[in-house]
Amino acid sequence: MTDAIDTPEDKTLADLPSPKGPHDLLAKFKPLIREREALLATGVRDPFAIVMSEVKSPTLAVIQGKDTILLGTYNYMGMTFDPDVIAAGKDALDRFGSGTTGSRVLNGTYQGHKECEDALKEFYGTEHAIVFSTGYQANLGVISTLAGKGDYIILDADSHASIYDGCWLGNAEIVRFRHNSVEDLDKRLGRLPKEAGKLVVLEGVYSMFGDIAPLPEMVAVAKKHGAMILCDEAHGMGFFGPNGRGVYEELGCEKDVDFVVGTFSKSVGTVGGFCVSNHPDFEVLRLVCRPYVFTASLPPSVVATAAASIRKLMHAGDKRAHLWKNSKRLHQGLRDLGYKIATETAQSAIIAVMLPDQEAAVALWQALLEGGLYVNLARPPATPAGTYLLRCSLCAEHSDEQVGQIIDIFAAAGRAVGCIG
Amino acid sequence: MTQTDEIFERVAEQIEPFNKKGVELSQATTFAGDLEWDSLTVMDFVAAIEDEFDILITMNMQAEIETVGQLVETIRKLQADR
Repeated sequence: MTDAIDTPEDKTLADLPSPKGPHDLLAKFKPLIREREALLATGVRDPFAIVMSEVKSPTLAVIQGKDTILLGTYNYMGMTFDPDVIAAGKDALDRFGSGTTGSRVLNGTYQGHKECEDALKEFYGTEHAIVFSTGYQANLGVISTLAGKGDYIILDADSHASIYDGCWLGNAEIVRFRHNSVEDLDKRLGRLPKEAGKLVVLEGVYSMFGDIAPLPEMVAVAKKHGAMILCDEAHGMGFFGPNGRGVYEELGCEKDVDFVVGTFSKSVGTVGGFCVSNHPDFEVLRLVCRPYVFTASLPPSVVATAAASIRKLMHAGDKRAHLWKNSKRLHQGLRDLGYKIATETAQSAIIAVMLPDQEAAVALWQALLEGGLYVNLARPPATPAGTYLLRCSLCAEHSDEQVGQIIDIFAAAGRAVGCIG
Repeated sequence: MTQTDEIFERVAEQIEPFNKKGVELSQATTFAGDLEWDSLTVMDFVAAIEDEFDILITMNMQAEIETVGQLVETIRKLQADR
């Protein structure tokens, strides 16, 4: 009863002879290899092998020689081409070189890493901030270190892979509850030993369906049972809440969330991860958190771009408003065309179009690409409930005209492949 | 009826709604192989078992459970520990 590796269902294919003989360790992936071969044999493009030969702006790239509107990035606030951000990166590259070649705890902490952490503390209004090399590593490190042997991690069933992997890296007992179910969380916390340490892991926005968590209710339940709370705001940073801190700010849970994890690879527009907290002993994580200690720190140019971007995001009210307008308009537009969307309303900047099976999803995905629009194809095991999704994520830099074009391309492609009337 | 038999009966009742292929159940029936459950079915089933017996089966325990018999034994132990 484990779901460590989910490969496609046709188990008979696993018995086919392997090119490397009976002890081929890659043989277990044969069902997946065959499934992909069968799919590509139908003539469709490989959805997981897209190359962008040129990127013209946060919303436009060249794919196979064709200008393509990007509707599948996490560049929510469109910061990747911001002139101040670029200038900060170039300056740091000139002054500090291309990389640190060292761990944060040895030779890998430069002025820029401290400035980036200062920017985060200011942005989040917290006492402490620790920068990791990716968002994945931030979850891996913080979760595996906070909850040790004998402690319990209680997580939402739809949690991101980095949260699950953080659980497996540590020694805590792992309990999951049904997605966004306050009652289920309450019940499970109630069955745990009273004296045990407990960490409830939540996400502000769940990235597959783009739905948000009922954080006030969940936080109240977690506190009632004496649990600490970690909230991942990867997909909420930048445009939820008065200061853009995330869903937990928007819903008024700032006092009760003990740790906020986030990433630079979405609204911030570069790469890296972080955790912020007001816990007085938070800094000890720098010494005991393996994914922080045993990896190279971010290059100086990356932390410089991150710091510049974070500071600009503090004053990005107009961009936020435009992003929300885009998201609501696309949600309504796609519904009007007859598409099934994973959420009743636009809850975040992710609009997930639900398709009945892989064939329909890939056919529509390809038709959209040929029409000049890139979206993300998502399939199990990344998706909940075995669903096939075309995930659209909007950007504050999508113009009104582009959103109109996007809806037009969805109309033409959907009719061409027969998934709308 | 022994305690193990009684737990087996209750587990079998919980398996029923997820037993799409009508697989005959015994202690040796495997969840992945015989019942062909994917991770999502496992998640729903575990939640149902937890509620039925008012216990918690952590993911760490789930990783060790392959057969119906092993699940019955885990439930028996968890109930005895209370």
